[in-house]
Amino acid sequence: MKALDRILNGLIFFFLYAPLLVMVFFSFNEGRSTAVFSGFSFKWYIEMFTNRDTMLALQNTLILALLSSVIATLLGTMAAVGISKMRSQAGRSAIMTTTNIPMMNPDIVTGVSMMLLFVFVGRIFMADNSLGFLTLLIAHITFNLPYVVLNVLPKLRQTDRHLAEAAMDLGCTPLLAFFKVTLPAIRPGILAGFLMAFTMSLDDFVISYYTSGPNFQTLPLKIFSMTKKTVKPDMYALSSLLFITILVLLIMVNVAQAKADKQNQLNARR
Amino acid sequence: MKRFTTVMLLTLILALGAILAGCGGSSSQLELEKLTGEYSREFEGTELNVFNWGEYISDGSEGSMDVNAEFEELTGIKVNYSTYESNEAMYAKMKSGAVSYDIVIPSDYMIQRMISENMLQPLDFSRLSNYHYIDEQYRNLYFDPENEYSVPYSVGMVGLIYNSTMVEETPTSWTVMWDERYADDILTFNNSRDSFSIAQLILGQDVNTLDLAEWDAAAELLKEQNDVLQARVMDEIFNKMEAGNAAIAAYYAGDYLLMKENNEDLAFVYPKEGTTYFVDSICIPENAQNYEAALMYINFLLETQISTAIAEYTYYASPHTGTMNDPEYSLIGNEILYPEKEQMPEVQVFRDLDPEVRSYYEKLWEEILRD
Repeated sequence: MKALDRILNGLIFFFLYAPLLVMVFFSFNEGRSTAVFSGFSFKWYIEMFTNRDTMLALQNTLILALLSSVIATLLGTMAAVGISKMRSQAGRSAIMTTTNIPMMNPDIVTGVSMMLLFVFVGRIFMADNSLGFLTLLIAHITFNLPYVVLNVLPKLRQTDRHLAEAAMDLGCTPLLAFFKVTLPAIRPGILAGFLMAFTMSLDDFVISYYTSGPNFQTLPLKIFSMTKKTVKPDMYALSSLLFITILVLLIMVNVAQAKADKQNQLNARR
Repeated sequence: MKRFTTVMLLTLILALGAILAGCGGSSSQLELEKLTGEYSREFEGTELNVFNWGEYISDGSEGSMDVNAEFEELTGIKVNYSTYESNEAMYAKMKSGAVSYDIVIPSDYMIQRMISENMLQPLDFSRLSNYHYIDEQYRNLYFDPENEYSVPYSVGMVGLIYNSTMVEETPTSWTVMWDERYADDILTFNNSRDSFSIAQLILGQDVNTLDLAEWDAAAELLKEQNDVLQARVMDEIFNKMEAGNAAIAAYYAGDYLLMKENNEDLAFVYPKEGTTYFVDSICIPENAQNYEAALMYINFLLETQISTAIAEYTYYASPHTGTMNDPEYSLIGNEILYPEKEQMPEVQVFRDLDPEVRSYYEKLWEEILRD
């Protein structure tokens, strides 16, 4: 039984990671092909760092992901705190449903409707280009918000609300009580929400496809536009680097989490 | 946990900074004394929005010339370059009315449609001093008969690609794509118009026929082909042909040359029934914001050294006579891209058909895919 378990696990991991491994493998190919391996080389890695267009697309993607996830984290945390303090159960679930819509909605519906909205508003202001960096940013913040809210709310529920009240009894202002007591307690949730928002923004294609304009093209859009001819192998190099970066980040998060848990257990025993 | 968060955020921001710092700093390859057009800095500081196919301009990779960077350096105009993967995607974006581009490079039939919908504006040819380089045969084409709206950028013909170790004799006809000896080794286009055209050429039809019975006949032939096909593909064709996973395929001549670099056994032929070709041309949309700078950009693309760099990068044929005779052009006189008059296949070009015919063949296409 145990052997079967192992085999099944192995197979699952194989199918999950084989495509990524193939990509990493061919990013070291000397030629352009993804079928014929003509020799080992770092050529495409060098190519990627020296190509202005590739770097510009990467830069755009990272700026957008960072900005949208930071803003979404701030707004989302505030929203979560607000929602958790709502007295009416009906009101709370109404707000939660609204918050979840951008996440449950098919991307294509969100994308098209946002584009229509931006075009409409752009017409009112007689803008030449209604679509651009700003519209992309708004769209990304919108679909990032629910991920932050959904990560922060459970943490808020876990925290004893009397702790903040106790802090206020001891002389804290409500704001100070939030920063001194509530915030440290919900920090893991905020961090998880931020990371999730960051990765969602990083790999979004559909919504960006409809809301991007002439002066700001992100990496996924650029890669998709290459499919008429061939995807250039420096994209494999870039994707490999992104994959490894995310892998390392995740491992770091897990290690830190494990350490923190251990520390907590020790503290509890004392 | 707190310290860890800060460390991670810092890492992210530092990585971002490193990337920002690593940008730029490539050396110019432009030979200023060879420029034939006039380039002033009067539009310095303005922006030019260019919308082109993906992977369709020399961008500095693998030691090629970075065309947009050279233009920016020469004129001080900032080029906002973005890309699309199909005529239809480009059309939809423009039609949304939310964006304004100064340069677009659609294909023939799409130009016809855009002109008829007033989406393009006439070009001031007096400002295009390099236009004389465009080969006579690419002027006054059906989609722009008076030569008012477009300047040819790149052209290409469809042909038969085959693996010479897997195919016994040299194919001469499109009918080899129905040959049962190569069952499950044949690839064809995964789009309706190109697939239909092959059947239509075999049947001796006009690819723009308005006779619905002719479309029916072509559809019948395509259904027969289903039994021997391995797959309908677009860019997957590169992998399959390079790895020797398929024997016969129909695709563009320029892409064959790219595949051949990875598999010496591949060969190419223009079948005797003739073939189809496309012309991608540079146009200025009706709502362009920087018309004058756009003209300067077009003239710049028509410089021989620029046109050669682009042709060298895309591997498609150039309509530019300066490039065709440029001793620095590695594909000069290539018999596949530039066949001699006697070897030149009979060519037809796709036109934008009226919506009724379009929906009729699209319906047939659905049936073929289901068959």
